[in-house]
Amino acid sequence: MTTRIDRRMAKLKAEGRPALVTYFMSGDPDYDTALSIMKALPKAGADIIEMGMPFSDPMADGPAIQAAGLRALKGGQTLVKTLKMASEFRAADNETPIVLMGYYNPIYIHGVDRFLRDALASGIDGLIVVDLPPEMDEELCIPALKAGINFIRLATPTTDDKRLPKVLQNTSGFVYYVSMTGITGSALADTGKVAAAVTRIKGHTDLPVCVGFGVKTAEQARIIGASADGVVVGTAIVNAVANVLGPKGEKTADPAEAVAALVSGLSQGVRTARLAAAE
Amino acid sequence: MNRPATPNSFRTGPDEQGMFGIFGGRFVAETLMPLILDLERHWNEVKDHPDFKAELTDLSTHYAGRPSKLYFAEGLTRHLREVSSAKGLGGGAKVYFKREDLNHTGSHKINNCLGQILLAKRMGKKRIIAETGAGQHGVASATVAARFGFPCVVYMGATDVARQSPNVFRMKLLGAEVRPVTAGHGTLKDAMNEALRDWVTNVEDTYYLIGTAAGPHPYPELVRDFQSVIGTEARAQILEQEGRLPDTIIAAVGGGSNAIGLFHPFLDDKEVRIIGIEAGGRGLDGIEHCASMSAGAPGVLHGNRTYLLQNADGQIMDGHSISAGLDYPGVGPEHSWLRDSGRVDYVPILDDEALEAFQLTTRVEGIIPALESAHAIAHAVKIVPAMDKDQIVIVNLSGRGDKDVHTVANMLGMEI
Repeated sequence: MTTRIDRRMAKLKAEGRPALVTYFMSGDPDYDTALSIMKALPKAGADIIEMGMPFSDPMADGPAIQAAGLRALKGGQTLVKTLKMASEFRAADNETPIVLMGYYNPIYIHGVDRFLRDALASGIDGLIVVDLPPEMDEELCIPALKAGINFIRLATPTTDDKRLPKVLQNTSGFVYYVSMTGITGSALADTGKVAAAVTRIKGHTDLPVCVGFGVKTAEQARIIGASADGVVVGTAIVNAVANVLGPKGEKTADPAEAVAALVSGLSQGVRTARLAAAE
Repeated sequence: MNRPATPNSFRTGPDEQGMFGIFGGRFVAETLMPLILDLERHWNEVKDHPDFKAELTDLSTHYAGRPSKLYFAEGLTRHLREVSSAKGLGGGAKVYFKREDLNHTGSHKINNCLGQILLAKRMGKKRIIAETGAGQHGVASATVAARFGFPCVVYMGATDVARQSPNVFRMKLLGAEVRPVTAGHGTLKDAMNEALRDWVTNVEDTYYLIGTAAGPHPYPELVRDFQSVIGTEARAQILEQEGRLPDTIIAAVGGGSNAIGLFHPFLDDKEVRIIGIEAGGRGLDGIEHCASMSAGAPGVLHGNRTYLLQNADGQIMDGHSISAGLDYPGVGPEHSWLRDSGRVDYVPILDDEALEAFQLTTRVEGIIPALESAHAIAHAVKIVPAMDKDQIVIVNLSGRGDKDVHTVANMLGMEI
């Protein structure tokens, strides 16, 4: 069965350019603002949306995404509200794939079967759950695949050739290559190494490989996009929101506009990536 | 609650996936998975290897001062018999303390640190990181790092840095770098998040020395095995001193390493009642406690599934305890399993009750117990007067309380 992610990736492949995958934190700084940011993403050139589900203890995230999650929780965001936001978005956009990204506990507490039903009904296409490695596939990955939702796995520099097949086994939609060991928002890894890693992963799978962790500028998006099938940007977007919030969390400018400005620039990066590579 | 069928033995877990029933597991980011598998491989190679055991035993004996004594707490026993008489009961069991407070560094934490530092050395790691609550594990980690020549970074919640300043200074003297963590309430949970972030960043050269019997498999198993020396000794000592097993054994449970260490060798002695004490804080009605098994629900945090304090959305609560070492909203997964299987009872003790037991023990025994251990003593104070005189209770005195004198002075409204 094909999903919105499969269709979007196939379309971009035909266009000969990588995907721009944009992460935002649902509920940051509040529900309405976050929904306006989400709606602005495709218009600014985002091809796939990663919707962050806030969690009180985001062990693999850096300070920027930690803070965004805490702002969202303080603003009253819950898993139920995140799904509601997705369905509100979906009412006006039935094409842009939505990938939920977060940690397992809120899903586990909601109930896996109930979560998958609700996620499908809300127009969710894929899941990235940071703390569910292949060893725990029975928890959510297998039920999600059965339900028709892509389970997107992270591959990292510590995932060697011996382990890659295990990581890729039940992965679908795309592979998310984390370009460095570390938390989100750290410095970008050596781009030469990233290209080599993408080639290595592609030796094991036909799935598209998207690269994230550390991409902040259009130029970086262009360089990464020359070899990868998609470029993931997260912390830079979350920072664009934080930058227009005052000390008490009050908005000093429109966060959706700030995000749109950043994403438009990044979008130019991915749209010229292959041109540059061909030169 | 679905109570699993009673197994033939309570001592066989975890299974190959690192599960104790539905608890435990390996809920970690992919970056950490290869490291955890590597740790498991090394652990399986050494855990029954005579050379490894011999090296650990030698260090435990000559460096840490094991075996720790099993001490008949005559003063406390006499006091509780008076209480019993005053109530017209005429009873009062004999109370023994397992003196982990007499170990090098002042708590049971050294048992685990010596074992893990040998693993780190064997794995060729170059750098040690640890999290700490009360600072006892931080001190023990800094100690073994100094002894074996590793640089050491200890993550400690900012609140704990303030309330456990003597231990912070000890760690610094030992050459460790103490990094205060301001996220959340600045307690053990937040320190563990930050240690995991360090580990995920420095995977090549860093060994994460987890201080409690929690986290992803194989940590709960290996920490338990290193701490089981407590129960193994206590069991042999009571048989030697009293000619029989105790009626009841009691230990405080934060993450639960001293408790699982005492309990595990007794799990299949069906006649021994086993009680774990959770931090009841200011009472279980509100949210100011850390009684995850009495008032929480199963969830996934810090690499394992276990009982957690959390809200209806699966967000983890911060909790509260007067004792920094018990101030953690989760618990080791084996305790969760022992709870559900009914083998161990877990009950809360309030801040005030622990504080009273702290003062009582100091006065009648001349022993200043750690506030963590004072929770276990407080439960003995509750149940011993109603027991018979020929019954025996062992309380794990997991650490000494010098580190807590500032906290206690504050609670009592005194300045020092």
